[in-house]
Amino acid sequence: MSRLWRWLIPLATVPVLALLAYGFRANPRDIPSPLVGRPAPRFALATLDGAPLALEAHRGKVVVVNFWASWCYPACYEEAPVLERSWRAYRGRGVVVVGVDIQDKPEAAQKFVRDFGLTFPNAQDPTGTVSVDYGVYGVPETFFVDRQGRIRVKHVGAVTDDVFRETVDRLLAEAAKP
Amino acid sequence: MTADLGFGMTLVALVLAVYGGAAAGVGARTGRAALVESAQHAALGVFVLITACFALLTYAFLTFDFSVRYVATNTNLGTPFYYRITGVWGALEGSIILWSWMLALYTLIVVLRHRSTARELYPWALATMLGILAFFLLVMTVAAPPFQRLTPVPADGRGLNPLLEDTGMITHPVALYLGFTGFTVPFAFAMAALATGRVGDAWLALTRRWAIVAWYFLSLGLLIGGWWSYHVLGWGGYWAWDPVENAAFMPWLTGTAFLHSVMIQERRRMLKLWNISLVILTFGLTLFGTFLTRSGVIASVHSFTQGAIGILFLSFLALVLLTALGLVAWRWEVLRSQGDLDSVVSRESAFLLNNVLLVAAAFTVFFGTVFPLLSEAVRGVKVSVGAPFFNQVNVPLFLSLIFLMGVGPLIAWRRASLDNLARNFLWPVVLGVVAAAAAFVLGVRSSLAALAFAAAAFVLATIALDFGRATRARLRAGESLLPAMGGLVRRHNRRYGGFVVHLGILIIALGVTGSQAWSVQTEMTLRPGETAELVGYRVRFDGLTAVEESNHFKVVGAFTVSNGRVLGVLRPAKKFYPQEQSPIAYVDYRLGLKEDIYLVLGDFARDGRQATVKLQVNRLVSWIWIGGAVLTLGALLAILPDRRATA
Repeated sequence: MSRLWRWLIPLATVPVLALLAYGFRANPRDIPSPLVGRPAPRFALATLDGAPLALEAHRGKVVVVNFWASWCYPACYEEAPVLERSWRAYRGRGVVVVGVDIQDKPEAAQKFVRDFGLTFPNAQDPTGTVSVDYGVYGVPETFFVDRQGRIRVKHVGAVTDDVFRETVDRLLAEAAKP
Repeated sequence: MTADLGFGMTLVALVLAVYGGAAAGVGARTGRAALVESAQHAALGVFVLITACFALLTYAFLTFDFSVRYVATNTNLGTPFYYRITGVWGALEGSIILWSWMLALYTLIVVLRHRSTARELYPWALATMLGILAFFLLVMTVAAPPFQRLTPVPADGRGLNPLLEDTGMITHPVALYLGFTGFTVPFAFAMAALATGRVGDAWLALTRRWAIVAWYFLSLGLLIGGWWSYHVLGWGGYWAWDPVENAAFMPWLTGTAFLHSVMIQERRRMLKLWNISLVILTFGLTLFGTFLTRSGVIASVHSFTQGAIGILFLSFLALVLLTALGLVAWRWEVLRSQGDLDSVVSRESAFLLNNVLLVAAAFTVFFGTVFPLLSEAVRGVKVSVGAPFFNQVNVPLFLSLIFLMGVGPLIAWRRASLDNLARNFLWPVVLGVVAAAAAFVLGVRSSLAALAFAAAAFVLATIALDFGRATRARLRAGESLLPAMGGLVRRHNRRYGGFVVHLGILIIALGVTGSQAWSVQTEMTLRPGETAELVGYRVRFDGLTAVEESNHFKVVGAFTVSNGRVLGVLRPAKKFYPQEQSPIAYVDYRLGLKEDIYLVLGDFARDGRQATVKLQVNRLVSWIWIGGAVLTLGALLAILPDRRATA
């Protein structure tokens, strides 16, 4: 073998490494939700303070339905301040954030809401029917519902400021058009 | 507080490892012994610090210190004591600590064992090991920090993944990681050999026993993983060609190839390049396995997480492969073999063929594992590669390997004469044919199963023949039977250790063949008092009970199993954990040498009026675990100090 050829040995690994690097772009858990484009399943729950909370009551607004649990670190802990911040910024513009706490103990959930100072309505889903209706696989998952009551975007994992702003702005702009 | 202390110690350990690696490297280049000695102190320091981190994290688990995020994620107040300990390595961050701790332990043993025996190679090997350790400590500081504060401190934790609440959780990861990290030592000495240009036999002699130890632990880890899958997951199987299983299986295959090819280099000075490459490949595959399980690139039943850690691991894998193979290219001239194959019919070529088959098997497993990725990259289509592909490609390879297991140890070196072949293989071949015929008469209609039995009989006969002949020679020399056999095994412990390992593999192969060929199952919905029947077993449904455990709720079914007489009551269950979406099956079984009875509880009516049960009769599965025990004996025998060297 000539002197140069032998250096092809280490280089032979490059395509394999490139393929593995490609893997970062793809998310194997990214399975499209069949609910996107469909009407959001209705629910009527009671908030942690005991007030009634129904999806129907917010028809005509952009509704952000967020499924969370107090035991879900780190994602739910990361997104709780984001949701609170966004809710405060958008509440005057026809946007509602609704938190649905699943598979949790009431005391732990209340502590979570208190610790993060959440002011948007949060309800427990004691029987799990709402999360089954929405096909929730893990927490957190967030569904963006447009003014016509259809699910438009399903977001898996913690919501960031950018995701919230972009999605909600789009739904608001779209609804403003005739 | 705990989090800060732990993080601080990790950071100091990282600095020490980087320093030690650099000092050992410079010491090796310049020959300054003081630097190497300083690196040794660094290695000791790293070991002590990681041990302290490990102890601190365990303490945090035992005291429910939820201010540490990792603790809050992997325990809750209901987690039983025992699983609070195993929970320490139940997820990504802790598993990296366990990994680093073992690596630090191996590094320390290398220091203690080899510091005065291998003056030339040792400093480079130490530098390599500390460098690898530094990488894992880097992961521990930046990508997967086990010590991270959680604010606000939650009232209760999330809890351990319920599937990991099993006694196998203490042994499986420990064995597997001892295997994975164990291959670092041969790799480190291979790097030392390349760096110094001393690619002869010295590094092989130093690492042979290390390779056996690593190989053995890897085997054990795989077997315990199979046992866990069999008795926890509730699908009645022990191997699913899951990417993570494949990740551990590939280095096992190439490691096995290495253990065999070493013998050719020792004996014939051949295959230097091949041996170095196999060690690099094996170590690369252990890193690849870790990458696969921790990057989230490929979905799997037990891949951990995704994020920055994947990029870090991939970069390190690239660095290791490019450096190591670059060194190979640089040392190309000295790595070229001196010896040549004399004949196709010889022990060398049998071993070579064994190597080719093992590497081919590793390649097909690799290909099947990354194919989904390839398909998505090239065609944009998501596909999954399942058991049929792996079985179809690998079963013929494994059958050939078993056949070679009989040929390799007995055939002559260099060139086997017809006389040698007849003397060693006539009777084994006859026995193999008889076994195939007997299997056919007994009703085996699968040709693969018949071939497997034939190959097993053949190998058994060769082992018996060899051992019998050697014993007879000793008897003629005047020894009595038992001392003759014992002395033989003790004196040639490596050869007979190898035979016993072969025997273990053979028994495992029989278990696998039998369970694939003859296992049967049925699923039935029963009301209390009704029975299901399967191959002579009657299973009567007696009723359901509900039990509240410390951290979950359990529904238990009682089933009386009989086959003419009552064998006992099996209680499969479904466990409901608050933090899990779906219930976890709890299997109940009755193991037997010939067959296992295996019950899984399916759906049930809440009022207990009916329940669905899956009943399996799994044939010969126990032999897989028995084979594992035999393999353990063989490996122990093989790593005993060599008598011939000292006697």
